[in-house]
Amino acid sequence: MKIRAQIGMVLNLDKCIGCHTCSVTCKNVWTSRDGVEYAWFNNVETKPGTGYPTDWENQDRWNGGWIRTKSGRLQPRQGAKWRVLANIFANPDLPQIDDYYEPFDFDYDHLKSAPEGTAVPTARPRSRLTGERIQKIEKGPNWEEILGGEFEKRSKDYNFDGIQKQIYGEYENTFMMYLPRLCEHCLNPACAASCPSGAIYKREEDGIVLIDQEKCRGWRMCVSGCPYKKVYYNWSTGKSEKCTLCYPRIESGNPTVCSETCVGRIRYLGVMLYDADKIEEAANAAEAMDLYDAQLGLFLDPNDPEVIAQARAQGIPADWIEAARESPIWKMAMDWKIAFPLHPEYRTLPMVWYIPPLSPIQNAAEAGAIGMDGAMPDVRNLRIPLRYLANLLTAGDEAPIAAALERMLAMRGYMRSKTVDGLIDEGLAARVGLSTAMIEDMYRILALADYEDRFVIPTTHREMVEDAYDLKGGCGFTDGNGCSTGISKGSLFGGAKRPLKMPEEVR
Amino acid sequence: MNTFFFGIYPYIALTVLIVGSIARYERDPFTWKSASSQLLRRKQFMVGSILFHLGVLFIFAGHLFGLLVPHQIYEAMGIDAESKQILAASAGGVAGVAAIIGGAMLAHRRLTDPRIRATSSFWDTAILLLLLAQLALGLISVPISLATYEHADVLLFMAWAQGIFTFQGDAAGHIASVALVYKLHIVLGLTIFILFPFTRLVHILSGIAAPFRYLFTRTGYQIVRTRRQPRREPAE
Repeated sequence: MKIRAQIGMVLNLDKCIGCHTCSVTCKNVWTSRDGVEYAWFNNVETKPGTGYPTDWENQDRWNGGWIRTKSGRLQPRQGAKWRVLANIFANPDLPQIDDYYEPFDFDYDHLKSAPEGTAVPTARPRSRLTGERIQKIEKGPNWEEILGGEFEKRSKDYNFDGIQKQIYGEYENTFMMYLPRLCEHCLNPACAASCPSGAIYKREEDGIVLIDQEKCRGWRMCVSGCPYKKVYYNWSTGKSEKCTLCYPRIESGNPTVCSETCVGRIRYLGVMLYDADKIEEAANAAEAMDLYDAQLGLFLDPNDPEVIAQARAQGIPADWIEAARESPIWKMAMDWKIAFPLHPEYRTLPMVWYIPPLSPIQNAAEAGAIGMDGAMPDVRNLRIPLRYLANLLTAGDEAPIAAALERMLAMRGYMRSKTVDGLIDEGLAARVGLSTAMIEDMYRILALADYEDRFVIPTTHREMVEDAYDLKGGCGFTDGNGCSTGISKGSLFGGAKRPLKMPEEVR
Repeated sequence: MNTFFFGIYPYIALTVLIVGSIARYERDPFTWKSASSQLLRRKQFMVGSILFHLGVLFIFAGHLFGLLVPHQIYEAMGIDAESKQILAASAGGVAGVAAIIGGAMLAHRRLTDPRIRATSSFWDTAILLLLLAQLALGLISVPISLATYEHADVLLFMAWAQGIFTFQGDAAGHIASVALVYKLHIVLGLTIFILFPFTRLVHILSGIAAPFRYLFTRTGYQIVRTRRQPRREPAE
């Protein structure tokens, strides 16, 4: 048993209001630079839709993630190592920037500098790549906001697999939900596996997946390897970049920028302990539907004395184990089983999980009665088809999603009866397999969602491992460019840089 | 003049190549990259890049082995100088045509596509044009080489290259009498060596190293790094 700790995230889609605060604050902090104008480490998509970049979920097209071969081996879907190397001159699976969108800006200056005329001056768009006028913007970030565009196009959504989708194009039957997406910081990252230079690595202490900007050579196999399309090629620096899970904040015990600024308070961060020796076995489960359970099987119970003893012996700090016991992620994923990984069928074992959203009861008005299953509405009558959520979160297995939605409905029913009628409905809790204490804990964490309950992040123990002398005079994050921002023109190689001590590789 | 270009200039070029590359790798690894523009425009890139790279790599390997492997080894394999010259010129010619077609597609794309042109540095364009010029000089020399195969000029080039690498002061003398196009080809080639550390060409080294690192020195697929230092046993 090789125990590692991972900072995991859960997003409660039931409470996401699609305000994009996460995306905007993330962009302001991380990608407001040349070369990554088009890149959103965090973006919010309206579902159903084809997403960003267009059709990203369709791995028949992009060949991202992993595949189990006929002989039962696990390999990147874009090919085994030799195949990845053969694509090095021209990568057939790489999106073009137009699949995201051509970055643009507007001629704002024209608004105040235009000569006096009969028409009100307008700010027309201009490409950030060429500086030339764009006559018509074909695509932008969040192009399908609130079901924008025709159903014909949006219905190419991969999650409609196995669903008679035509009726959802009708106004009366339409449904929507938001899906905020960021790097999954996978246990079995396909980006790292695809990198011929070995520049992408997972940190042993907290599981954050990072790209070593000094080792990246711009082979761009990670961009095609990642099934979530969350590695971005910076066309200006020629290096790939991705979400860092705001590791400088995480290391000091603070939540990521997207989580901190989430106005709906839908994001949770916490520690999960897992058995690193079982990763390959779990990612290589025979059937796609087994992958969700296989990933659950990786997580180690932080209350188990044997796990605690082993973790301590393997050098995991005591406060990390303590944090794992308080982890909201553990509660949602393991105790309550209401959070699920995004597209487990990609076999990356993602660590950003989602609580599926409830939705209005379908056909309630026309039927004159709500489909009730005992005291609770039947989750199969919810407006968002169960199969759609299952395709998104459990590789098509509807049972766990139904159970999660029932628990969330039961929590509402229980709390309504408690606060309105003053009755403790133990039967309702028991029907969904929960105790009253668990339901009240769920209510506290999901509905009240206090800061301390959402973010249980132990600080990194830098003091134990770092030689502070190396950091003397450092200037923080300046794109690998020492103490200056931007590129020093004076340098022989187009940049100036002092060497930074990087973590060691482990087997 | 001949002594400078073929006796001294090669040492200048190789020194800049080696010292410059080490300096860049050591001092400024952030700038070490392939600088791919595939993301911005896929058109003309897929075919152009593959033709260009495969052609150039084949030619490069051909030059390396052709010039530096001692002639005795070829003779032991039963290849005399005349047939070696024909072999080199014809195989090199085919690869050269592939490379120059690919290179021309890439150059056309770089010069005419507004996105690529706007995001290219001076040296991105310049080095591509220099490589095209070098390919053209090489291809011009092919018919000359084939027409004069009985002179076995190839022996002279081998003597020169091997003389340079074995530090023989009179190496330049070997190729004093060859045709001008060969000489231009050599001088331009050495100039490209000098530019190597200062342009995107450095990615060639990474490209050569990548298969070894990825296939042979990396067990499995994943890489994990730690900051934790190995636990020190307390002193007795």
